[in-house]
Amino acid sequence: MSILVNKDTRVITQGITGSAGLFHTQQALAYGTQVVGGTTPGKGGTTVEGLPVFNTVEEAVRETGANASVIYVPPAFAADAIMEAVAAELDLVICITEGIPVLDMVKVKRFMEGKHTRLVGPNCPGVITPGECKIGIMPGYIHTPGKVGVVSRSGTLTYEAVYQLTVRGLGQSTAVGIGGDPVNGTNFVDVLKMFNDDPNTEAVIMIGEIGGTAEEEAAEWIRQNMKKPVVGFIAGATAPPGRRMGHAGAIVSGGSGTAESKIQKMKECGIRVAPTPSEMGSTLYTLLEERGLLEVCKTN
Amino acid sequence: MNIHEYQAKAVLAEFGVKVPQGKVAFTVEEAVAAAKELGGKAVVKAQIHAGGRGKAGGVKVSKSLEEVEANARELLGKTLVTHQTGPEGKVVKRLLIEQLTDIRKEYYIGLVLDRAQGRIVMMASQEGGVEIEEVAAQHPEKIFRETVDPATGLNAFQANNLAYKLELPPTAVRKAVQFMMGLYNAFVAKDCSVAEINPLVLTGEGDILALDAKLNFDDNALYRHPDIVSLRDEDEEDPKEIEASKFGLSYIALDGNIGCMVNGAGLAMATMDTIKYYGGAPANFLDVGGGASEEKVTAAFKIILSDPKVQGILVNIFGGIMKCDVIANGVVAAAKQVGLDKPLVVRLEGTNVEQGKAILNESGLSIVAADSLADAAQKIVALV
Repeated sequence: MSILVNKDTRVITQGITGSAGLFHTQQALAYGTQVVGGTTPGKGGTTVEGLPVFNTVEEAVRETGANASVIYVPPAFAADAIMEAVAAELDLVICITEGIPVLDMVKVKRFMEGKHTRLVGPNCPGVITPGECKIGIMPGYIHTPGKVGVVSRSGTLTYEAVYQLTVRGLGQSTAVGIGGDPVNGTNFVDVLKMFNDDPNTEAVIMIGEIGGTAEEEAAEWIRQNMKKPVVGFIAGATAPPGRRMGHAGAIVSGGSGTAESKIQKMKECGIRVAPTPSEMGSTLYTLLEERGLLEVCKTN
Repeated sequence: MNIHEYQAKAVLAEFGVKVPQGKVAFTVEEAVAAAKELGGKAVVKAQIHAGGRGKAGGVKVSKSLEEVEANARELLGKTLVTHQTGPEGKVVKRLLIEQLTDIRKEYYIGLVLDRAQGRIVMMASQEGGVEIEEVAAQHPEKIFRETVDPATGLNAFQANNLAYKLELPPTAVRKAVQFMMGLYNAFVAKDCSVAEINPLVLTGEGDILALDAKLNFDDNALYRHPDIVSLRDEDEEDPKEIEASKFGLSYIALDGNIGCMVNGAGLAMATMDTIKYYGGAPANFLDVGGGASEEKVTAAFKIILSDPKVQGILVNIFGGIMKCDVIANGVVAAAKQVGLDKPLVVRLEGTNVEQGKAILNESGLSIVAADSLADAAQKIVALV
């Protein structure tokens, strides 16, 4: 078991003929992901890597039976690409694209109301269930199948956490990058709920950063509902206020969204907070040991 | 992206938002000429990208042309220090010469993104002319909100609700509604990230005017607003940040002495945090991005070294898409070009890590290798 994606997930790549779309489709295929096709308007009828290319998502879904898509479309067209995938009634849409205008995402969010598609991202590394399905730009080889769930707003910090887990013999059930934008499809609470209900996930690492209040809301949800141990980390304690730290959403504005307030809230809610990003793996290791869960989580 | 007050007022005026009559001046002569057009009296307002100008002495009511001239002379070239500029302050290079306004009462109107809802919210308060964050902290009940459905935009009834909650005189309600609708339309049409009118004023004649105006724009949407991009004032930005933006690098200057080069925004922030945790101070935030080339890495390295405060550099790369050998080649090339004479600690992990380490070892440069981020941070802190 896992969450969001597994060996049965059938994926199409939106923007499959672009350089990023093509490269990561090859990487996903090499990992064993069931990529069943792709779309690029105007390139319908051609093939890429032996996969059929379609002009529209609707057609791609009809012809391939895909239930998920991954988007590598340039930012100016990415919001439309998300809505196209939602209209085609895919279960899951993962948008990797960074740099989508915020007001475009406000419209997308409104468009998605009442529809069943789940959006992960944008501006995220994607989702991987190790050994089964890799959708996104993460390096596959650092992952190991196992029982720790990882959820993060940051791509490279997710890799950092996964790598620290893998070298300690702690595999991962699923690693989810929810993205660094202020308006996104899936938030911490959505993923935590799934990990809480997933019988194969025994513990969770949650990686947040400055800006907004998603971490505080997640911490409160954890206090009330989470049955599994959670280790947290927040990036950006040294970030100056009012400056956008790379990610569009990583900004302390009007005194809210500081690392300090997030860490404080997480601690109050029973989350074990790693003091530095180098200690995410070791903090979880110690916590699992204390809870008697280490043996169950060890993969070798 | 930020723009000046006078530019924001010009943008808003296009959307029917009422603003006082005024003109920008770059010299004392231009200031006097502008004041003449206004009948001799004017407010002389320093134009810098920071709030708190009034308290810092950057806004001068001038009752005659002589006063306009004296005030313009005093302000142009002056370094203004406000609570938003940092202790080093900002040099005033432009003035807004604006007609005097007969203020009956001050209010606040703002538009921001509510991230949790994923919607735009209009906020209004009778507590105008003060920091809205302070009002929010001490008297949250004094801020009224209307959430906008993007399918309809701000509805007139919502603006009406806010106008009545502000207890405006009946004759001013309609004007306030028009003002708010114009403000919302400008926000959406120009992809703003923040719009603040503080204060909004009710004048003696019963008009509604934006006495101050602050507009920030979504950097992600600038590609579709060349008119806004043309308003950029590079004097207000750190030259290193401008240089970095030419190479598509995300760079922010800070006060410390340890230069950082990292891939990924989250990891870059976490690297700064770790340096601080071990007692050091980062000189910058720098994300080289996921697919950086050797040229980009070289440019990043040069920008870091152009900061005279930098006494040592920490390179932290977790290669996923970014290959460690590419980073290593970039670091070696840059270090040789600039003649690196400062301590350099490099932590590489991920794709092609062994090739990357080999390139650094064989470069002949004195590079300190580190095994983890914590190890790297401790080493550079000890070396500077």
